[in-house]
Amino acid sequence: MHARADTAASWPEEIFSILQRFDVRQVPYVPDAGHSELIERVLGSPSMRGIALTTEEEGVALLAGAWAGGQRGVLLMQSSGVGNCINMLSLTQIFRFPFLTLVTMRGEWGEFNPWQVPMGSSTPAVFELSGIKVLRASQPEEVREVVEAGAAQAYNACTPTAVLLSQRLIGAKVFTK
Amino acid sequence: MSKANLLDRRAVVSQLLRDRKGAIAVGGLGASTYDIAAAGDHDRNLYLWGGMGGAVMIGLGLALAQPTLPVIVITGDGEMLMGMGSLATVGLQQPKNLSIIVLDNEAYGETGGQASHTGATADLVGVASACGIKDSKAISTMAEVEAFASSLQDVTAGPRFASAKIDATNLERVLSSRDGTYTVNRIRGSLGHTPI
Repeated sequence: MHARADTAASWPEEIFSILQRFDVRQVPYVPDAGHSELIERVLGSPSMRGIALTTEEEGVALLAGAWAGGQRGVLLMQSSGVGNCINMLSLTQIFRFPFLTLVTMRGEWGEFNPWQVPMGSSTPAVFELSGIKVLRASQPEEVREVVEAGAAQAYNACTPTAVLLSQRLIGAKVFTK
Repeated sequence: MSKANLLDRRAVVSQLLRDRKGAIAVGGLGASTYDIAAAGDHDRNLYLWGGMGGAVMIGLGLALAQPTLPVIVITGDGEMLMGMGSLATVGLQQPKNLSIIVLDNEAYGETGGQASHTGATADLVGVASACGIKDSKAISTMAEVEAFASSLQDVTAGPRFASAKIDATNLERVLSSRDGTYTVNRIRGSLGHTPI
């Protein structure tokens, strides 16, 4: 149950087109409500392979292997999964591969569940300490240019990049009895 | 402590890679990487010196990107235990060209030989099989190693998983390159991919 902002163009659809344009082939993900529309598009795409993970760090290692084999990928996860990746993020520096992750944020902007707050709050710092550049989109109309910039610097300059998609953009999860 | 009829890890890995053809080999952190180095450096070897628990997933990414080439992940029991969920992910993806072999000495050799779960209760063959990797077996003879080495060339019948109980003696380290950017770009180059 997500209260979503009303927009003419759907931002997950815009992200999907950007990923297509950058020839992204492997899309590992841990299921996530904020990414659900994008995940559906990926799973229905003939050129992309959606790969469900048991934990997010698997996705970092998968993308390193994809790069070794000549394919680009992107890791979809939510902020609570970022902590699960920390040691594996070493691979982005060791292999100097074009790492891109799109992270839906929890634990901010009207969060109901306090358990999401600690990891959500430390997510940007965890990435920065791990040598990953952090970009953020908080409004639907800025998603396209922020994701485009993230993909460009990741794939063209091998600069590991995380794009945070704010909870303000996704809508705070509504818990009802 | 020492058990009879355990396989020699260097002999196992040497046999696995002897007639590898175009196969890409990923070595898990620790002694498995030294074993692959001992079998001879190769431009399609990916040596891991960290990222514990990630060997199978790196192999999966490679296997999906290069579906016509055999990809073999050679790793230890401790490294495999840390990434056990990746067996479920491989089971779901069913990459036909991916083979995984665990060199199981039932111990964390690199840190002083502390006992691992596989010496007592954990059965990695059972885990792999239960995760949907149908071709999962325990290997205990060199003839079986040889058969596994031939089977990994068949890129239409994977994924496959094997666990070989090996002698826990720590052998002299054979050090591979520790430069990940070099080794990964060497693999890419051998596949015809240019640098950025």
